[in-house]
Amino acid sequence: MSMQTNVRVPKGIDDGPAASARIVKGIVLLLCCTVVIVPFIGVISTSIASQQHVTNSGGFVLWPDGLNLDAYKSIFNGGVVQRALVVSFVITLGGTLISLAGSTMLAYALSRPGSFGQRPMLMIVLFSILFSPGLIPNYLVVKEFGLLDSLLALILPTAINGFNVIVLRSFFMSIPDSVLDSARCDGAGDFRIFWSIVLPLSRAVLAVVGLFYAVGYWNAFFNAMLYISDTAKWPLQLVLRTYVINNTELSSGDLGGAAADQLPPQESIQMAILVVSLVPILIVYPFLQRHFSKGMLTGAVKG
Amino acid sequence: MALPGLTLMLAFHYLPLFGNLIAFQEYLPFVPLGRSAWVGLENFSVIFNGDQEFLNALKNTLLITLVQVLFVFPAPIALALLLNSLLSERIKRVVQSVLYLPHFLSWVIVIAIFQQILGGSGLINNFLREHGMSTIDFLGNPDGFIALLTSQVIWKDTGWGTILFLAALTQIDPGLYEAARVDGASRWRQLWHVTVPGIRGLIILLLILRLGDSLTVGFEQIILQQNLVGRPASEVLDTYVYNNGVLAGQWGVSAAVGLVKGLVGVALVIGANKVAHIFGEAGVYRKS
Repeated sequence: MSMQTNVRVPKGIDDGPAASARIVKGIVLLLCCTVVIVPFIGVISTSIASQQHVTNSGGFVLWPDGLNLDAYKSIFNGGVVQRALVVSFVITLGGTLISLAGSTMLAYALSRPGSFGQRPMLMIVLFSILFSPGLIPNYLVVKEFGLLDSLLALILPTAINGFNVIVLRSFFMSIPDSVLDSARCDGAGDFRIFWSIVLPLSRAVLAVVGLFYAVGYWNAFFNAMLYISDTAKWPLQLVLRTYVINNTELSSGDLGGAAADQLPPQESIQMAILVVSLVPILIVYPFLQRHFSKGMLTGAVKG
Repeated sequence: MALPGLTLMLAFHYLPLFGNLIAFQEYLPFVPLGRSAWVGLENFSVIFNGDQEFLNALKNTLLITLVQVLFVFPAPIALALLLNSLLSERIKRVVQSVLYLPHFLSWVIVIAIFQQILGGSGLINNFLREHGMSTIDFLGNPDGFIALLTSQVIWKDTGWGTILFLAALTQIDPGLYEAARVDGASRWRQLWHVTVPGIRGLIILLLILRLGDSLTVGFEQIILQQNLVGRPASEVLDTYVYNNGVLAGQWGVSAAVGLVKGLVGVALVIGANKVAHIFGEAGVYRKS
């Protein structure tokens, strides 16, 4: 394609690059995508490949020889993984609800300039973004509250994220005062206005912030390592670390008492755990992707 | 209405600040918080007297920051320029969808995935074995640890990092390209004289902010892989605090190190913002 034939200039610097440049770009991007995608395919393949195939290929299969769900059956047999999955779901759902409730109410209070204590509260939220109190003091506070070995220790300390509060606040500020005033004239109280008018108007931003909180809870691992010593309360990420990264062998007892000689290869079980922890992220990813740049830019511009 | 959220924030973000008091105490976990003996600045002696372990952690932290500024920081810029130069919106969107994904995975998952590729029985070493070559110890080699960390950060966050740059690139006036073309500028010269100046402000801003964060390097990422390479090669300030405090029970000393790290960190961030203002860009926080 010659450069002269391009009359309408597309946006950006392109006016029809030379063929060689296009090929180089294509190869580079293809390489980038391959490097990201191939590991996922390998992980899924290893989790569903047959025992013999896994053993023959040294523990990691790039493309499965068939569909063998033994590894999944073994982890959903009432053992350690299934329990951790339940814990992770409880933390993620409960945590996201608590986070959203606390953050939206706080953000709403901050979004009305001139309301009681608005400026000092805003300062408190803004400064919280700038520093973190440090690991040891955090640990001491959780311990003094008696939250060690409680699932609340995985929720409350990270429940209110200052950045998310600011994102919500800047959205709430864009709701015109007149809307709220007219509701007030009709006799609605603050909570009524918040619940029946502000929240329904903010569905999109609530979805984005909620998903970010949810992904955060699902992915959190270190707080669990720090605060939870009772293995029955371990979330999935900690199970993943113990049995996959640190390669601790999963005994039949860990897997709900299946006969040891019938267990699928460890590699397959490990990859099945990995897939199980990936799936929720993959499910919400399309929603995240549709909204995140919007949400992130709002926060960055209006903060 | 602000009460629940504000209470949580005060309890878990501001109350812990008082916990830093144990940096000045001989703290023992079984003695009530208020009753430990005060020891003044004794716990800070590891910093002032240059304790070997502490200095090593500081050195590793700064070295990792340096390497990551050199290799991690430019990666999303290059990728954003590449994506921006694509003609097809559809290809661009597909590539973005793929490359943004790793950002949302936890470090536990990312490292587990890396083990499957680079580990002793991972993809690459299996390949080498099959072809009669000697295997490479990617994960347990202390000398290669920083390279390993860096490649993981690049894999996880390069795609995501392009978002801000892509947004900035759309703000560049297309008329400038038109004018440059009329003046006969080649595509490379357009890149150099129009595109790069268009995002220079953002690059400088983000670079300053990254430097403000110099003392914080991938804590979760490192703690997960530390037992493979050993502490000398992998200890950074944050892991030093965890290993010596929570694990080894030197609460006072590690709280002192954490406190100093935090104070220097905040000073650096605020300083970075000031510098960013001088360069005429909006910082991360403004007196709203």
